[in-house]
Amino acid sequence: MAFDNLAARLQETMRKLRGKGRLSEKDVDESLREVRLALLEADVNFKVVKDFIKRVKERAVGEEVLSSLTPGQQVIKIVHEELTALMGGTQAKLQLSSKPPTVIMMVGLQGAGKTTTAAKLARLLKSQGHRPLMVAADIYRPAAIKQLMVLGEQIEVPVFSMGQQNPVDIAKAAVNHGITHSNDVIIIDTAGRLHVDDALMEELVQIREAVSPHEILLVVDSMTGQDAVNVAEAFNARLELGGIVLTKLDGDARGGAALSVKAVTGKPIKFAGVSEKMDGLEPFYPDRMASRILGMGDVLSLIEKATAAVDQEKAKQLAHKLKEDEFTLEDFLDQLQQLKKMGPLDQILGMLPGMGAVKQLKNLDVDENHLKRIEAIINSMTVQERRNPQIIGGSRRKRIAQGSGTRVQDVNRLLKQFEQTRMLMKQLTGSEKGRRRSKGMFSLFR
Amino acid sequence: MFWKNIFKKKDTAPTESLEQSTVDEPQAKEEAETSQSLFQRLKMGLSKTRKGFVDRMEQLVSGRKVDEELFEELEELLIQADCGVPTAMELVDRLRERAKGERITEGDEIKRLLRQEITAMLESHAQSLKESTASPYVIMVVGVNGAGKTTTIGKLAYRFKQEGAKVLLAAGDTFRAAAIDQLKAWADRVGVAFISHQEGADPAAVAYDAVNAARARGSDVLILDTAGRLQTKTNLMAELGKVHRVVQRELGRDVDEILLVVDATTGQNALSQGRMFSEAVPITGIVLTKLDGTAKGGIVLALGNELNLPVKLIGVGEKYTDLRDFNAAEFAKALFD
Ligand SMILES: Nc1nc2c(ncn2[C@@H]2O[C@H](COP(=O)(O)OP(=O)(O)OP(=O)(O)O)[C@@H](O)[C@H]2O)c(=O)[nH]1
Ligand SMILES: [Mg+2]
Repeated sequence: MAFDNLAARLQETMRKLRGKGRLSEKDVDESLREVRLALLEADVNFKVVKDFIKRVKERAVGEEVLSSLTPGQQVIKIVHEELTALMGGTQAKLQLSSKPPTVIMMVGLQGAGKTTTAAKLARLLKSQGHRPLMVAADIYRPAAIKQLMVLGEQIEVPVFSMGQQNPVDIAKAAVNHGITHSNDVIIIDTAGRLHVDDALMEELVQIREAVSPHEILLVVDSMTGQDAVNVAEAFNARLELGGIVLTKLDGDARGGAALSVKAVTGKPIKFAGVSEKMDGLEPFYPDRMASRILGMGDVLSLIEKATAAVDQEKAKQLAHKLKEDEFTLEDFLDQLQQLKKMGPLDQILGMLPGMGAVKQLKNLDVDENHLKRIEAIINSMTVQERRNPQIIGGSRRKRIAQGSGTRVQDVNRLLKQFEQTRMLMKQLTGSEKGRRRSKGMFSLFR
Repeated sequence: MFWKNIFKKKDTAPTESLEQSTVDEPQAKEEAETSQSLFQRLKMGLSKTRKGFVDRMEQLVSGRKVDEELFEELEELLIQADCGVPTAMELVDRLRERAKGERITEGDEIKRLLRQEITAMLESHAQSLKESTASPYVIMVVGVNGAGKTTTIGKLAYRFKQEGAKVLLAAGDTFRAAAIDQLKAWADRVGVAFISHQEGADPAAVAYDAVNAARARGSDVLILDTAGRLQTKTNLMAELGKVHRVVQRELGRDVDEILLVVDATTGQNALSQGRMFSEAVPITGIVLTKLDGTAKGGIVLALGNELNLPVKLIGVGEKYTDLRDFNAAEFAKALFD
């Protein structure tokens, strides 16, 4: 996963910070120098890094040390917070027009992944009940139109094309076509271009003026280096972007470009591309990403425990729900998301009677891909289904599998595991006996 | 021009210099006419790179005395050019030493030193395509998704054809939608032969057929496209290894060139690409594409310095005339002149 190396680096740095008691300014400087190196190695733009370090230093050297934290932990907390802020705070959604059709334009450099992302987005929207239309406006790259058509066929989404005609005319005609064919989302795939190619940038401006898109998405390769800021700045200045899609995050790129691009444009990263397959598009979670950067280690959870009374409140609620047998798939998903974020599940379970001593929890092995699949499945369920899993029969299972890009067997397994987990947790909260069977639950995370 | 050497045994089609060349195909003629000389294009392509770098460099050094702050700022400049921290530090350490040894106190002097050091570093890794009289001369083109592999193959095919070689392109990307059509379009445009299987076919089978077809047809050059893949996907890297083994076996000798295509916009991940692709197949050189953008291409320095991978060719545009052999002196000159 991207950010893993960075996470490791930062974690190492933080480990050094911890347990040193009071931090002198020199200690802070020393740690921040390492943070700086880690960020640069992750391809975060140089200026962005500089700003970041400055901001953290200003805050760290100032007062506000919480009584419950050591100064070292306080610095970590600030690094984490600033990183989260830099990544964009909360998760941003796609801008859909209240008056359909919504017009979406995909733009970016050559080879960033626009065509693939356009199709993934169409597939995602289709699975949410929309009627998307894709538009082949890359008239330059050989076989680009054919590529979109092939993908359209694969995901069963219509593709509008007019051969090698003027892209502005294509876009206009496509919107009219979409309106008469009651397509509620129109996704325009434009040709890759350099941000310094004036003529081609002007072409994008003309398309924008002709069809007034509700959303212009800049597609950025997560392997991009220092130049990411120039690219994003130029596209944003000409087009006023709505958001950013970060692609190829399934590689080992540390993805510093994500931080850079967000910092210079102020525009949110809305999606992350995580595979070559059509289901490889995910929402982008800035907080999760920031937490990953800092690592899920003991330092962060310590800080969280010390500062987040709110989470304890949540944990108590959960314990109550378990006792009352109201634990739903929604809670389950909520737990998984928190687990992915930080790993407080062990803390939460630790607060349940009889669970404090369960050793396996300490080395809970969280398989990211597995979590993603579970998340996708639950996300494809209706609210009713999540609250009342027993209504999920054969045809619903099939639909959920399709919607989440998984197989029916996956859905079956998840439902079974959920049921086991629920039973197990209920037993655990009710009696000590259940502990013997606790293996069943943890296999879920392997 | 190194191409000449590769085909010096040939007495057909006298090799024209690329600057004034035209080809038979109408499309090709059109493109060749509209494009200026390759050198001009390169200079144009690099001018943006040069401008950004030199301007800031000029700003940085002129009228200043040499001190630690200056060195640190130079290091920052190099990092901003994607040289990577270790290589930037190494270069600036050398500058520090030389400034001390040669008692240099003026900022402007430092500029000359840095140019020397960069040239030296680039020169130690500059190489052209291997010369070979074996036939067919086989090139495999590999890299991550969207790096510019297929386009580079179109450009290579054009150059070999200009040299009078009989070229065969093989569509080894059977995975990406319309990748086969894309390569076919290049083959048609340039006017060279083309071989493919269906989408979804085994790329090793394509490679097998390609080598044998090249032999049967008496092709001088065979260029094999491969699907873009992220270097962390072990199964896809293993697949690449298999394709390579098949080519090698059918050929009965080493593949002449295995070129890793790297997008100049790429940051430090290019090092991971260099490392892991080298583990899967014996990479013989790098093609650095998209140098016509504003990316500084400093990754060239890191790739050579840290991985010993020679850069052989650079891409400076989307036309098939937009390919140059990498020349360290020229590159450094274009950066600083
Ligand atoms: N500006 C510029 N664009 C280039 C250059 N080389 C390739 N491109 C463009 O980059 C995009 C991707 O190039 P491809 O040749 O399809 O890349 P690829 O590595 O074969 O891609 P996949 O097969 O999809 O992995 C295309 O739009 C090319 O026109 C270059 O030197 N400069
Ligand atoms: Mg290709």
